[in-house]
Amino acid sequence: MNIKFKNQLETLTLYVYGELDEYSSSNVKNIMDKVILSNTNCKKVVFDLSGVTFMDSTGIGLLIGRYKIVKKFNIPVYISGTTLATEKVLQLAGIFSIMPKL
Amino acid sequence: MENNRMTLTFKSLSENESFARGVISCFALKLNPSLSELSDIKTAVSEAVTNCIVHGYSDKIGIITIDSEIEDNVLHINISDDGVGIEDVEKATQPFFTTKPDDERSGMGFTIMKSFMDDVVVKSEKGSGTKIYMKKIIKTDKN
Repeated sequence: MNIKFKNQLETLTLYVYGELDEYSSSNVKNIMDKVILSNTNCKKVVFDLSGVTFMDSTGIGLLIGRYKIVKKFNIPVYISGTTLATEKVLQLAGIFSIMPKL
Repeated sequence: MENNRMTLTFKSLSENESFARGVISCFALKLNPSLSELSDIKTAVSEAVTNCIVHGYSDKIGIITIDSEIEDNVLHINISDDGVGIEDVEKATQPFFTTKPDDERSGMGFTIMKSFMDDVVVKSEKGSGTKIYMKKIIKTDKN
């Protein structure tokens, strides 16, 4: 999997691409943390999952872990671009109650 | 019609998670599942296999076996390991229960398996591996 990001109009958007499982998530965790920690001047963080082709519960752990880091800076977190591959897992874990859908 | 059946054994390496769910979705294709049903099966298998790798064989590499059978419009899946086993299955299958919170494990694996499949049975004892049986009924009326 892959990460791209942009910090525009005070919104930091992290675009996640590929399959999000236990094998792939360990590689991107540190990259995501670095991006977040070097963009704490933003007013909003968005995880764009439209490029995710598969996600299991490892994805929930990854998103909650990053959410906790962003929350330390009092910045709200949102999720966008959910698809068949991500929607059901996120819904089941109640993720949208802490990271609403955009 | 004769039931179709396949058995797959592979090493408990993380890179095999995508391999395992790829194989099971190819096998299930004969049942003409919807994209949503196929996604459910892939996710549930990924959870079970990840459990074998992360928990069953946490400190060593072992063998994971997937045995699957197609019976009419039903997919039966058995996933087993010879790892450390689960001391308290009831507790382990509760939502958000995890033995590895520091690794950012969500504790949602069994909850996902139970919600996405039509039946899930976990058999395990401490020290003698874990066997998971899952069943998915593929709806023949797609409307």
